[in-house]
Amino acid sequence: MQCQQCEKQAMFHITELEDGEVRELHLCEDHARVYLNQAEADSQQEDSDTSSGPLGVNQTAKELSEIDQLFCDMCGITFFEFRNQGRLGCPHDYVQFEKELEPLIANIHGEVQHRGRRPSRGKSVGGESLPESTEELTSVIGMRKEIRHAVEAEEYERAGKLRDSIQNILHKWNAEAPRN
Amino acid sequence: MEFEVLKTSVGEWLKGTGPESDIVMSSRVRLARNLAHYPFVGRASETERSEIEGFLRSHLKKTSVGSHLEYTNLRSLEDLDRQFLVERQLISREHADATGARGVAIDPTEQVSLMINEEDHLRIQCIHSGLDLEAVWAQIRSLDEEIEEVVPYAFHGQWGYLTACPTNVGTGIRVSVMLHLPALVITRQIDKVFRSLHKISLAVRGLYGEGSQAFGDFYQISNQITLGRTEDELIAQVADVVPVLIDYERRAREFLLQETERNVHDQVSRAFGILRTAQTISAEETMQLLSRVRMGVLLGLVDDLRVSDVNKLLVRTQPAHLQKMKGVDLDTKDRNIERARFLRSYFESGSLGDN
Repeated sequence: MQCQQCEKQAMFHITELEDGEVRELHLCEDHARVYLNQAEADSQQEDSDTSSGPLGVNQTAKELSEIDQLFCDMCGITFFEFRNQGRLGCPHDYVQFEKELEPLIANIHGEVQHRGRRPSRGKSVGGESLPESTEELTSVIGMRKEIRHAVEAEEYERAGKLRDSIQNILHKWNAEAPRN
Repeated sequence: MEFEVLKTSVGEWLKGTGPESDIVMSSRVRLARNLAHYPFVGRASETERSEIEGFLRSHLKKTSVGSHLEYTNLRSLEDLDRQFLVERQLISREHADATGARGVAIDPTEQVSLMINEEDHLRIQCIHSGLDLEAVWAQIRSLDEEIEEVVPYAFHGQWGYLTACPTNVGTGIRVSVMLHLPALVITRQIDKVFRSLHKISLAVRGLYGEGSQAFGDFYQISNQITLGRTEDELIAQVADVVPVLIDYERRAREFLLQETERNVHDQVSRAFGILRTAQTISAEETMQLLSRVRMGVLLGLVDDLRVSDVNKLLVRTQPAHLQKMKGVDLDTKDRNIERARFLRSYFESGSLGDN
């Protein structure tokens, strides 16, 4: 049987009882892990009365649906889509959904701070030293989207400026598209 | 891709060499990496996927390692050829079955493969035969560092290397060791072993990765956690448990020989008998029987057969390998007939036709 969320084979067959209604889930290992971690985080929240953190059960349905509607400024993915697919949309999601992702990641890894290898960045093309985090480079994803909006609205001057900004950032990070 | 060459070799993971290779088939490390300036593969448009592929291909060429690799465009490849690469463990099943722009760069020894547009933009994999995790890590680390000089990987101070799935974030590392554990299966100790591995958050999978059943007593042990520990710690977590498993398996093999020699000899001989005489045989049954025979060879219960030959047979009897050798597409029924024919002729002539 195929996983309900992706093309992989479903390895986990979960039956949920919700208000007397039976709901069956068939998930691959990855999606099951995301789903079960979510469920565990929910029940832990339920146990503690004082908790009002993200994804808590003591939040109202309205609050939960508000979390689901959060979306990434760069790639546009909603938190709901992420929960369904188990895959994030772009690197910026880790910043945009930080509050919502942190309990989930803590559940999976038991830690919330990277301790492994870090990039050793050289100098930028202009000679300045580049930061370790690549947030600036990721902002290009949102700017590409803005260009599409600008073109649709026939704001060609704005589109042109955005293109220049993208080019500057890509050039600085030495990440320009290859020339064929 | 020179599939003709690959057809007559077995690939790194079945070479049957390296430390502890009577039990440890192979050691593998893979790293998940993404470009900072594109959405992850699952959310990228068709155009973006092509751009990502183009970007990575052209930048990989600038590295010393990239120039030695052979690039295969998976989108334009036949299903059978993609399946063939899965059987050789050079790409994942998901990568084979996906759609859109994607590819794989493979080195001639089949130790290194770089998957482009798998679940992440870049997945670097390195495999060595036998138990050799430290050397694998040294090799993949220098590869990764060299690529990072020309490719801006998405990185965040707190979360580390950013991946499409939060289960890989941080180091993006998956360390796995493939073990052949027939005696633990026969003595029914395997479940107990797996339960204790799960407790220390190690995953156990079958031969062909995620979701696959463990055919032929081949098991892959790997780390699950990727964040909050260093790569060395994560490698040690897997490396430390392997000698224990090797010891258990050796003791179980000794036990079988001492306590039930006639039984185990009988099982091995029957397996060998079926492989030599069957008229039709499935891939699963072949794996299961080859697994028993492999153990028999190592216990000195089978003459005239080497472990390396059994390893070769394990991959040559896989569906895509059989069809590539035959040169035609075959349905399951015909494959089972062809597999049995191939095995019979191998054991009659004692050769795979390439020595």
